[in-house]
Amino acid sequence: MVTRTVVGAHYGLRGWLAQRISAVVMAVYTIVLVVALAAIRPADYATWKALFGHGLMRVATLLFIVSVLLHAWVGMRDILMDYIKPTGLRLALHVTVILLLAGYAGWAVQILWRT
Amino acid sequence: MPDASLKKKRPLWYDLNLLHLPLPGLVSIFHRISGALLFLGLVWFLFLLDMSLASEEGYARFARYGSQPLVKLALLVLLWAYLHHFCAGIRYLFLDIHKGVDLPAARATSALVLAVSLALTAILGWVLLW
Repeated sequence: MVTRTVVGAHYGLRGWLAQRISAVVMAVYTIVLVVALAAIRPADYATWKALFGHGLMRVATLLFIVSVLLHAWVGMRDILMDYIKPTGLRLALHVTVILLLAGYAGWAVQILWRT
Repeated sequence: MPDASLKKKRPLWYDLNLLHLPLPGLVSIFHRISGALLFLGLVWFLFLLDMSLASEEGYARFARYGSQPLVKLALLVLLWAYLHHFCAGIRYLFLDIHKGVDLPAARATSALVLAVSLALTAILGWVLLW
């Protein structure tokens, strides 16, 4: 009988799981958006604004954006870990990605809640 | 005694040409490339959403901007990136729950991902951009 000692802080699991859950949220939103676009066929400003101004759509879009940010953070982290060898540069890029994504979140809220 | 000259001539079969990757490998590297493209495109996407929702004039500017051929081409590339990432991502979610992990299934679903994402890019690109 082999006894395995599980080591590590398990922080990898959280990222892995966040990647999957955010993926499902985005997939569902994508299908909802395509169906909504096909049903409404927005061709002018009023219908376009009404689509994203609707309370449910606003919250769904916010959930989508939060998922994009989590997903992009894990994905970019993986890419940077694989290709950027100098530690200082990699750390700087990790921080840049996180700051950019946080900034995007603020921008997205502004876009959606501005009337 | 080992022959040094013979050892030197041993071929190395690292085929780094993308087109010679097995299909699951192609789906995998495209998943990564499309993900990176989408990250880089995020700022432009938010810029477009901002412009289109800002005001009546903003929407008109967005419509004019989006009718330029180069903008359409860039949007088409990002649309492919999104759809490939979407289809390949769904395949990975199934692989996570151990569905389709044997080689014939993995190859078949890879071909399906490549074909469906290209077909959807053509259809949605036509409907949305032209």
